[in-house]
Amino acid sequence: MSDTEERVKKIVVEHLGVEADKVTMDASFIDDLGADSLDIVELVMAFEEEFGVEIPDDAAEKITTVGDAVKYIEEHKG
Amino acid sequence: MRRVVVTGLGLVTPLGADVETTWKNLIAGKSGAGQITHFDTSDQKCTIACEVKPADHEYGFDPDKRVDFKIRRQVDPFIVFGIDAAGQALEDAGLVDMDEDMKLRAGCSIGSGIGGLPGIESESLVLANKGPGRVSPHFVHGRLINLISGQVSIKYGLMGPNHAVVTACSTGAHSIGDAARMIKDGDADIMLAGGSESTICPIGIAGFAQAKALNCSSNDAPEKASRPYDKGRDGFVMGEGAGVVVLEEYEHAKARGAKIYAEVVGYGLSGDAYHVTAPHPEGKGAENAMRMALKKAGLGEGDIDYVNAHGTSTMADTIELAAVKRVLGNDLGGASMSSTKSAIGHLLGGAGAVEAIFCILAIRDQIVPPTLNLDDPDEGTEGVDLVPKVAKKREVKAVLNNSFGFGGTNASLIMKAVD
Repeated sequence: MSDTEERVKKIVVEHLGVEADKVTMDASFIDDLGADSLDIVELVMAFEEEFGVEIPDDAAEKITTVGDAVKYIEEHKG
Repeated sequence: MRRVVVTGLGLVTPLGADVETTWKNLIAGKSGAGQITHFDTSDQKCTIACEVKPADHEYGFDPDKRVDFKIRRQVDPFIVFGIDAAGQALEDAGLVDMDEDMKLRAGCSIGSGIGGLPGIESESLVLANKGPGRVSPHFVHGRLINLISGQVSIKYGLMGPNHAVVTACSTGAHSIGDAARMIKDGDADIMLAGGSESTICPIGIAGFAQAKALNCSSNDAPEKASRPYDKGRDGFVMGEGAGVVVLEEYEHAKARGAKIYAEVVGYGLSGDAYHVTAPHPEGKGAENAMRMALKKAGLGEGDIDYVNAHGTSTMADTIELAAVKRVLGNDLGGASMSSTKSAIGHLLGGAGAVEAIFCILAIRDQIVPPTLNLDDPDEGTEGVDLVPKVAKKREVKAVLNNSFGFGGTNASLIMKAVD
């Protein structure tokens, strides 16, 4: 597991209160992890803080799975 | 006429995370006061409060018990306390699993005096330090006062009236009184009613200290700080927690064989029209509220056995006592009167509901809780049984609960044993 993946999963577990083994790369925040649209806003903020990246609204809308988030951060972090 | 009875109780207080523990500690004369642990008080005038204890304490509160982790992260503690107390009350009433028809006729009226002050304070600092893009998307609905009623209705599927009173320290009593009316009017058969508060945070303590309302002279003796009716009283001690009751239409409760604690027979409300923080010096507003409640209850002097006073441990105690004397007689018509704020502090918007529950338990157990720290009773208390320091066994059939709030708002509730 990459360092980014590990840190993303930790944030998701902390915010959504889900079991760590459910947070797979394919897991959908809404369909699999019980998040709503506001939870995703909060998660995106937490990713921005953790990785020092900026995730604009149009990019955030395309992040629907854990893997999407990891991929975006890997591509954009400094 | 539709009658309204109490069929379930729920409490989160500085003396316990449930009804029986709180009541046992209250009757034993314990104090919930101590040094504030929620934040660093080193620059505050007041460093003490009656906090709800953490989960690992002998009678601490475990927020995980009835509130989902995700919700708990998003909302202020007053909402967590409120959801838990409401859950307790529903469990006590045997109403956790209602059918759809019952849920349509079941509502919530759980308010708060101030609401999510700690979260408003902390997110304001996020705004100032990190900018608007870092403010939580849960900021608004995690702080709003009506979000106890909202969260509880979602959790338990309650589709009846959804309401929240905001009348400062009268909130809890007004919530119960208003909800009882909704049942009387036929809007609902079941109402969860009460109040919650949690404002032991830097700006909450500083704000009340600056308003000269808090005791700032007993930081070294927290358990002695709340002393209603004592000559040495010097301001209130802030408490936190929640009280919620299940109100139910009498025939509805009887038909399902529910345990009935008491009937809500009187409700009076008034305004002082005088000052934002000080009560009217002649206590006219308090008197009017009590008289209205008695009239509705069809009771008079000599009919009340116990008065749970507003009694905040401020100069206003004397004004309340004088008003109670005018209404019930110089000896209160034989009633005992105590202020349980001496033990749990002032729960602000939660106070009226928590104290109403103490009144109901006084009826159930035929014992009245004490006024702690009453070492040197103030002038005007002669001939009045203020239940100093030790709980008292006595007959309790009818109780009067007073709550008064900033803005000059007054509420009195009368409850009675059901034969």
